Amino acid sequence: MAHSTLSPVAETTPAGPAVVSTARRKTRYGSDQASGPRVALRMAAGLIIALIFISPYVIMAIGSLKSRPEILGVPPKYLPATPRFDNYATMWSTPETPLPQNLISTIIIASCATILVLLVATPAAYYTARFKFPGKMVFMFLVIVTQMLQPAVLTAGLFREMLALNIIDTWLAMILVNAAFNLSFAVWIMHSFFAGVPKEVDEAAQIDGAGRFSVLFKINLPLVWPGIVTAIIFTFVSCWNEFAASLVILQTAGNQPLSVALTKFVGQYDSAWQYVFGVSIVAVVPVVILFMLIEKRLIGGLTAGSVK
Amino acid sequence: MSTTVAKGDTQDTPAARPVAPRRPKTGRGRDSIWKALPWIAPCLVLVVGIVLFPAGYMIYNAFRSISSYGTDTGSAGLTNFTLVFADPALPRVLANTVVWVAAVVIITVVLSLALAQFLNKPFPGRTLVRMAVIVPWAASVVMTTTVFVYGLDPFYGIINKFMVDLHLIDAPFGFTKSMPSAFIVAILTAVFVSMPFTSYTILAGLQGVPGEVLEAAKMDGASPARTYFSVILPQLRDSLAVAVLINIINVFNNLAILKIITGSLPGYDADTLITRMFKWIQVDQRVDVASAMSVVNFAIVLVIVAAYIKIVKPMKEVD
Repeated sequence: MAHSTLSPVAETTPAGPAVVSTARRKTRYGSDQASGPRVALRMAAGLIIALIFISPYVIMAIGSLKSRPEILGVPPKYLPATPRFDNYATMWSTPETPLPQNLISTIIIASCATILVLLVATPAAYYTARFKFPGKMVFMFLVIVTQMLQPAVLTAGLFREMLALNIIDTWLAMILVNAAFNLSFAVWIMHSFFAGVPKEVDEAAQIDGAGRFSVLFKINLPLVWPGIVTAIIFTFVSCWNEFAASLVILQTAGNQPLSVALTKFVGQYDSAWQYVFGVSIVAVVPVVILFMLIEKRLIGGLTAGSVK
Repeated sequence: MSTTVAKGDTQDTPAARPVAPRRPKTGRGRDSIWKALPWIAPCLVLVVGIVLFPAGYMIYNAFRSISSYGTDTGSAGLTNFTLVFADPALPRVLANTVVWVAAVVIITVVLSLALAQFLNKPFPGRTLVRMAVIVPWAASVVMTTTVFVYGLDPFYGIINKFMVDLHLIDAPFGFTKSMPSAFIVAILTAVFVSMPFTSYTILAGLQGVPGEVLEAAKMDGASPARTYFSVILPQLRDSLAVAVLINIINVFNNLAILKIITGSLPGYDADTLITRMFKWIQVDQRVDVASAMSVVNFAIVLVIVAAYIKIVKPMKEVD
């Protein structure tokens, strides 16, 4: 069933069915006996649930606007007397860690890993969706097993490998690690999108003389872009937040991403929490917005077709 | 899927004139692994180089003796494994791992079943609620956990103050400063960050329950509870299997939450197999022993992966 939410065919269907579905939803309000009080109750419950799930980030946002005495004040106050927006300017220079460099590391590692995933996963996803070849099952099996593995359990091996390759403590090492561990999800999700494009489309293009690569780029990519966007966003967010392998592989403070750098504030006597939260907001808001763009596809999206 | 490239090739034979120069490149006739290789090789190189190779190298290192400077000083036989199993903290670490995984996954799944059920009901503003629910999924687990550590501080913690103001507790308490409360806080934090993915997976399952079945249950006079347990829940079997198994893997592998919440507590009272392994690397500076422990952890993960492949049958999708 996840296929139905993921299928590019469903995405590209013209407005017709969408209108039908809103009409159906309207009647469902009625047939569900969702009377006024019940709807109001649901809205109230929805509000409470929404508040619970965003509460840590509200605390983060408010905390980022407090002054140092306010955030360490005993007893604490919920709101700052005057919001200190200048925290967002001053927070970048702290003795604990070079935060501007940490932000740059995060951006470079996540962006390069995402580009690498896209370059490597797209042809594999396209080919496996279109053709049979000996060893295809083995390949797809490998993809599924990799999808279930995470850097944490292999960190000891990754650390030794990067040491042997002499790329320990470099961005390159973490770009490779992030790309490798997110690759299979991208292959898997794009595979299901490519499989949804009718073969006849390819064949017609080939009769017109198009080569394999131009069939992929000119004919298929425009049809499967929702799948590619989903893969890009998911990979980017996952690389952006990676922690376990970066913790061991990146030892120089300036090379570390924000996820590792910010842990240095925890456990101190008088942590500069207002700065931790300011930087966290800068790191969290963009990926939350990206995730919201693919919200509809997250329903069953992670498992991409494995939910029947 | 039944159509192969061979058919495609024969089809364009009549109109082959402009294609002719390309034919050797795209190949002719039966598909071979050699034709597939240019498409899948980059992917294979990355997976073999950065996933399979380190796994193998780690197993090799588990039997080597490695100095704290990283020099391989020869074979260690089973010494590293002996050190892992002779660790006096191991029984506690094992028990913690079981409690950690079981508690987080069970609480997450039960709460997510309810949340997904609710998010599946129509009401104005539902999309906004769904958007709010995915925020912890997108946000860094490190940063989310940091907020809980700050908020639960006994002196300046804002969550402590909030609970006092609501009369849930009499006075602020240092939840993260001692065991077992720190471990419980870690469990609840893990539940919080696991719920979005779990709810969305269950939501996918709920949307697959045919409306006619629910109508029929209603016509037969089944109570809402009866309908849920006899009609809806059995239909959720597949999405629940995905949610449970992926959560088991994620929670087992989680380092960030425990490191941030209980990492500063002395000893190994709050450690799981994963956090203890990281302490072997970072605190004890024994990559060789850490490798041996990782081999054990890896074996556990592989068992879960095998269960996933057997129960969820993801390979059925491939044809």
